[in-house]
Parts: sequence; structure tokens; C-alpha cells
Amino acid sequence: MIQVRYFASLREALGRSSESVDPPPSVTTVASLRDHLAARGEPWNALGTARNLRAAVNQDMVGMEAPVAAGDEVAFFPPVTGG
Amino acid sequence: MTGDLIDIREADFDVGAETAALTAGDPAAGAVATFVGLVRDRNDGGGPGGVAAMSLEHYPGMTEKALAGIVEEARGRWDIRRVRVIHRVGDLSPGDRIVYVGVSSAHRGEAFAACEFVMDYLKTRAPFWKKEQTPDGARWVDARESDDQAAERWGGGGR
Repeated sequence: MIQVRYFASLREALGRSSESVDPPPSVTTVASLRDHLAARGEPWNALGTARNLRAAVNQDMVGMEAPVAAGDEVAFFPPVTGG
Repeated sequence: MTGDLIDIREADFDVGAETAALTAGDPAAGAVATFVGLVRDRNDGGGPGGVAAMSLEHYPGMTEKALAGIVEEARGRWDIRRVRVIHRVGDLSPGDRIVYVGVSSAHRGEAFAACEFVMDYLKTRAPFWKKEQTPDGARWVDARESDDQAAERWGGGGR
């Protein structure tokens, strides 16, 4: 299982802050996980169309090409705006 | 280092007390640089009263980890002594303090540079998100390209 978390405007668009996902073997990277989740239709397609989508794996910010594996915590969110 | 702090909290902070803590019991410190960020009552290009209130969301766990990484990177670049970072979350109003970064060092150059570096990286790498309450309703604040550029000028790539 992969624990997926959503934040800020993306969390609101999806109507949830987290979910547990058991992805198919084709999901090996952040990008392929995003595509797998987005393919479920409304409202999940927001993941595929979000501008400047950012991601973290195990609480480290990463690029979409970063690998993911069972047991990881993967987060998707918009660009950060703190400070 | 003893005296270092990374604190994510709802409560306000005392700038004087935080700044004093940067050098308390450390006679080798000869310089302190601090930055305090405030909630504004307007957006860029907007008029006064455009922002009535603000709420801040963050990613507990990752926030602390990201800030610790930023401080560690600053330590790798400059010979600094203590670093204290406080960022508030939850509901805030215009005029409220939102973020504090303080750095102590032997001489001013390192403290100035490291303080600005920590803020620039915090802006682009620490997982906080602002939501503004405006007369037209609530809106998530858009990231600013100028913040990316500010982080990139340090080299090493702001994300």
C-alpha cells in the first residue's frame, strides 16, 4: 500500500486529505502514481490537470520522476506559499 | 546547536525574547540578523482591506524536516552559530506576525546572508499554504515567480 496525502487547494478539489492506494505494478514513479490516480475520473482528474503540481515522497520534496514503492508516503500539493 | 529552534505553532512569538535567545550564554557571537514577516491587508497590486484574514495550512512532519534541512544547508554555506525559525499556522489577521528567522554569527556578513537564505528557501521549499479571506470570498494564494528567482540566485535550485 501507498499512503497518499493531499494539501491545500488540491485537498479541497479532491474532497479528501488522504487515502491508501494499492497501485498496479506499472506504478513505479510519482508521475505514474499521479496518472493512475487521475485516471479514476472526477474529481481525481484534477491531479492530471493541476498547474505546477508538486510532490513529496516520505516527506522530502521530489520531482515527478522520483521512484515510489509500497510503504511510501506520497503527497501531492500546489506550490508552497509560506513565509 | 544548543539554542537552535524550529517551531511550528499557532501562538504568537516574542521577537525580543527570541532574539535574546540567539546569543544568551554565547560570548563568541558578535552579530545577530533577524527577519519578521507580517500578514498584509492586501495582495500584490490590490488595495487596503483586500485581505480580511488569512489561514495557514502545513504538512506536519514534512514542515519540520524541510526547515531542518534548510538550516543544515545554511550551516554548510556559512560559519554561523545559532538559528531560530518560528512559523505560525492556523488563523491570522492583517498585522499579525507570521514568521521569524534569526541567525547569530561571529561577524555580520554570515548572519545577514544566512538569514536571507533561510527565508528564501523557506518560501519555496517548506510546505505551507496560505488561504486569504477577501471581500469576494476565500482564495488560495498563488506562488510567486519572484520567490523562485530569489531562491535560485543562491544556486542549488529552489523548487
